[in-house]
Amino acid sequence: MKVELTGLRLAQATFSLEVDTGLSGRVTAVFGASGSGKTTLLELIAGLRRPTAGCVQVGGTVLTDVAARIFVRPERRSIGYVPQDGALFPHLSVRQNLIFGCNDRVAAPSGLTFGHVVEVLEIASLVDSGVQTLSGGEQQRVALGRALLAAPRLLLLDEPLAGLDAPLRERLLPYLARVRDEFQVPMVYVTHSPDEVMALCDDVLVLANGRVTYRGAPSGVFVPSATPRFVQR
Amino acid sequence: MSPEAWQITGFTLGVATLSTVVILPFGVALAWLLARRPWVGKPLVETLVALPLVMPPVATGLLLLKLLGRRGAIGGWIEHTFGWEIVFTWRGVVIATAVMSFPLLVRSARVAFEQVNPRLEQVARTLGAGPVRVWWTITLPLARRGLVAGALLAFARALGEFGATIMVAGYIPGRTATLALSIYHEVQLGHDTEAFALLGVSVAIAFGAVWASEWFLRRSNA
Repeated sequence: MKVELTGLRLAQATFSLEVDTGLSGRVTAVFGASGSGKTTLLELIAGLRRPTAGCVQVGGTVLTDVAARIFVRPERRSIGYVPQDGALFPHLSVRQNLIFGCNDRVAAPSGLTFGHVVEVLEIASLVDSGVQTLSGGEQQRVALGRALLAAPRLLLLDEPLAGLDAPLRERLLPYLARVRDEFQVPMVYVTHSPDEVMALCDDVLVLANGRVTYRGAPSGVFVPSATPRFVQR
Repeated sequence: MSPEAWQITGFTLGVATLSTVVILPFGVALAWLLARRPWVGKPLVETLVALPLVMPPVATGLLLLKLLGRRGAIGGWIEHTFGWEIVFTWRGVVIATAVMSFPLLVRSARVAFEQVNPRLEQVARTLGAGPVRVWWTITLPLARRGLVAGALLAFARALGEFGATIMVAGYIPGRTATLALSIYHEVQLGHDTEAFALLGVSVAIAFGAVWASEWFLRRSNA
């Protein structure tokens, strides 16, 4: 699934996002410091914001084209979005959260069934709980499952492990790898953790002050080691 | 209590309930627009809505009297179109209490909507829910306690309305006499026993409404 971002522009308070690139990895990392425009870029792809110029295409379908006045609303994009805090609906149970985006009229792609998603993410024991009782890691797994069950053609993950402590992050990384391998849904993964890029991603986009400074294989910007380091070349 | 006191209490509860029901959809819609949408004229509307809170109620009543009277812009049209008289009828009481309690409802409802995390609504959109479904399944349930608290506060305000009501509807026993108007009337006549009986009823109802409103607000902040 190719994501084409052509001449994408949006002015922000502290920087101006200007992106002209394509994303084609199974899991593309969007890497950069806080305030570099990572979340803004995801929101433009998801249709949660409108750019002032440019075009967003996913799998050959134009979703945003400012010049042609095309803007597909977020609910019609089939793009899943998991924000940093998971954003589970607090008044609904885990099961109700999980099935919120299920569409009976559209046949789920193979594997993206309720039972299979719940099994892969190991949340079967949680489905009848309230979301307030979940730990941070459980909330993220439920949020991931909820996004997957809407059968997205692209999944956007905005620093899903950022709010968690190091041991929990390590425990959750394999779940993300299983999602990548099991469901074949292409992902754009925002992070500022080199470990997560090296563990999950086959493509990386580095952002600094709203501009792309690198796009390519993770090995091009990270020195592989027990604790990978970012080296801008 | 005397039969008259029961009648006055029933009438007051009826008009306060009706005025709250009438303003509820408009107040909730306006509060949502103020909380969630930028639009031209928003500061002007915010100021206009808040005016009855700060203007003397009698002045608001005079304005309503001019607008709703037979020769008024609105009252004349309503009487001509529907054949309804507003001034010095129960309809006048409902409109006066509705106008006076509307700002309280809008303020509470606006805060309730502002406390709903917009990120939840955005995520719901990415899960395939259109704006209407997001409103009914995410925004409204999460704001509901603040909305109920606002409605109860508006109801309590409607129960005690005096200044605007006396201007628009006057004191007509059996037709427009609310608890507040009747207490004033009984005191003017030196009927202290009757006045204190109505005062007791007013305190009990107002206490119940405000207590319930606070309870809902505490629940929504928990």
